[in-house]
Amino acid sequence: MWSFSELTEWIDATLRSLMGDGWALFVEFVLIGVAVLVAYAVLALILIWVERKVCGFFQCRLGPNRVGKWGIFQSVADMIKILLKELIRINRSDKVLFRMASFFVIIGSICTFAAIPFAKGLQAIDFNVGVFYVLAVSSLGVVGILLAGWSSNSKYSMIGAMRSGAQLISYEISSGLSLMAIVVLSGSMQLSEIVAQQADTWFIFKGHIPAFIAFVIYLIAGHAETNRGPFDMPEAESELTSGYHTEYSGIQFGFFYLAEYLNMFIIAAVATTMFLGGWQPLHIAGWDGFNAVMDYIPSFVWFFGKTFFCVFLALWVRWTFPRLRIDQLLNLEWKVLMPICLVNLILMAIVVIL
Amino acid sequence: MKFFRYIKNIFLGIWHLLQGMYITMLNFVRPKLTEQYPENRGKHVYFERFRALLTMPHDENNHHKCTACGICMNGCPNGTITVISKMENDPVTGKPKRVLDKYLYDLGGCTFCELCVRNCPFNAIVFTNQFEHSVFTKERLVKQLNRPGSSLAPKPVQKPEVKVSNGNVEGPALHKGQPVPPEKTQTI
Ligand code: SF4
Ligand code: SF4
Repeated sequence: MWSFSELTEWIDATLRSLMGDGWALFVEFVLIGVAVLVAYAVLALILIWVERKVCGFFQCRLGPNRVGKWGIFQSVADMIKILLKELIRINRSDKVLFRMASFFVIIGSICTFAAIPFAKGLQAIDFNVGVFYVLAVSSLGVVGILLAGWSSNSKYSMIGAMRSGAQLISYEISSGLSLMAIVVLSGSMQLSEIVAQQADTWFIFKGHIPAFIAFVIYLIAGHAETNRGPFDMPEAESELTSGYHTEYSGIQFGFFYLAEYLNMFIIAAVATTMFLGGWQPLHIAGWDGFNAVMDYIPSFVWFFGKTFFCVFLALWVRWTFPRLRIDQLLNLEWKVLMPICLVNLILMAIVVIL
Repeated sequence: MKFFRYIKNIFLGIWHLLQGMYITMLNFVRPKLTEQYPENRGKHVYFERFRALLTMPHDENNHHKCTACGICMNGCPNGTITVISKMENDPVTGKPKRVLDKYLYDLGGCTFCELCVRNCPFNAIVFTNQFEHSVFTKERLVKQLNRPGSSLAPKPVQKPEVKVSNGNVEGPALHKGQPVPPEKTQTI
C-alpha cells in the first residue's frame, strides 16, 4: 500500500538540499500549518454541504440545489457571504474576551484535527500520548464557549454557555473512558501505534462486546460534545435563540460554525482511528485474495469512507431524535453512560487478560 | 429487581431509538416529491381545480358569454371585479340593450375564493392554471378580461333552466368537475 511518507520524505530531502537544516524545518512547519488549515477549511465546506443535503433528504426535501450541480458550491457561496459580513460591536461586552472566545474554539478544534492519522504516513502530530492529547486539546473548546457566553453580555449566551459547560464536561468523562477501553486493549496511547495494531483485525472486532459498547458510547458522548443533534442544549434555537454564539456575527460566528462541523468530523475520525482501524483496509483472517484486493484501495479512501460513515450516523441521529431537557441530558450521562463505561472498562480488562 | 428494571429500560430505550431511526431512514430513501419549478416549467400538470387566474373564454369569433349582469361584481367580497357596461342598439330588435364595455379584474385584490365563477349564471368566466403573475407595478395587476372588440355570443344564451328530477333540483350547467353549490339547489 502506497505510503504518504514517500512524498513527505522527498519534500524533506529537497528542502534540506536547498537550504540549511533550520530553515528547512521552518519551511516544513509553515507548509504543514498551511496544509492543515486548508484541509480544515475544505473539509468544513464539504461537511456543511453534506449536512444540508443529508438533512434535506431526511426531511423529504432535496436540500440545496441551485448553486452548481446538486448545489455543490452552496457552501462556497455561504463562505463568501460570511466573509463579507460586518463584525458587529456588542455594547458593553467584554471586548477582549469576546474576540478571543471564537479563536479558542477554533484553535482547539484545529489542534485536534492535526493529530489525526489521515492516511498511511500522513499524520502531522504523533505523540506517544496521542489519545491523551486529543482529549485534552478538544476540551479547549469548552473554555472558548464559556468565554463567549460570559463576555457577550446577553442572558441567552450566558445560559447557553453554562449549559454547555455542564454538558461538555460531563460527556468528556464518557468519551474519555470509552477511549480508555481501547487503550487498555492496545496497550498504547500513540495513535499511529493503535492504527498499526489494527492491520489484521479492527479493534471493534478484536475487542468483542466491550469494544462495541465502547464504540457506541463514544459516538453518543462525542455527539454530545459537538453540541449537535438531540444534545444541542447550548444552542437550543427555540429557547436561547442560538445559545453562546447569539451575539456573534460575520467570520467570528463563522469560526464557531466551522468548529461545530469540524468537531463532528473529528469525533468521527477519532472513532474511526480507535475502533474502525483508521486507514487500515478491511482484512478478514484466512481470505488472502480478499485481503489483497482490499489493499489496492488507497489508505485515505478507507479513512474518509469510514469517517463519513460515522458522520452519516451522527447526521442520522441528529435528524431523528428530539432535543433532550438539560436534566435528562445530565441523567443520561451520570446515571447511564458513565456506569456502563466503568463496567465496560472492567470487561475489557477481562477480555485482554483472557 | 430495581437493577433488572434499570437494565431492561436501557435495552427498551435503545430499541425505541432504533425504531425512530428506521422511520427516518425510510424517509431518507423515499423518492423526493419536491417540484423543481423553473426546470419543470410547462411540463408539470396542475390540478384542474387549481385557481390561479380569472379569465373570460372567448370563442374563435371573439365572442364571450358575459351579459354584463354584474352578479360577479356584487358577489365579490373584495371588490376585485368592475363590470363597466354601455348601452347599444340591438341589431335584431333595434332596441337599446346593455352590453359589456370593460371587464376589469384586479388580481392584487383577489383571494381566489371562486365566488364569482360559481355565481355567474352564464359561465362567462373561469379560473385557469396560469400562475406566473409577477409584474413590476401594482397597476399592471389590473387586467381587462374581455378582449378588445369582443362582443356577446350572438345566439342568446339559454336562460338557466331549472330541471326537477327525482326531487333534486339541478342548477345551470356548472364548471366542469365542480360540486353543485348548495345555494343553487336548495333555495328555490
Ligand atoms: S375569486 Fe373571489 S375575490 Fe377573486 S374575483 Fe372572484 S369573487 Fe372576487
Ligand atoms: S361574468 Fe357572469 S356574473 Fe359577471 S357580469 Fe358577466 S355574466 Fe354577469
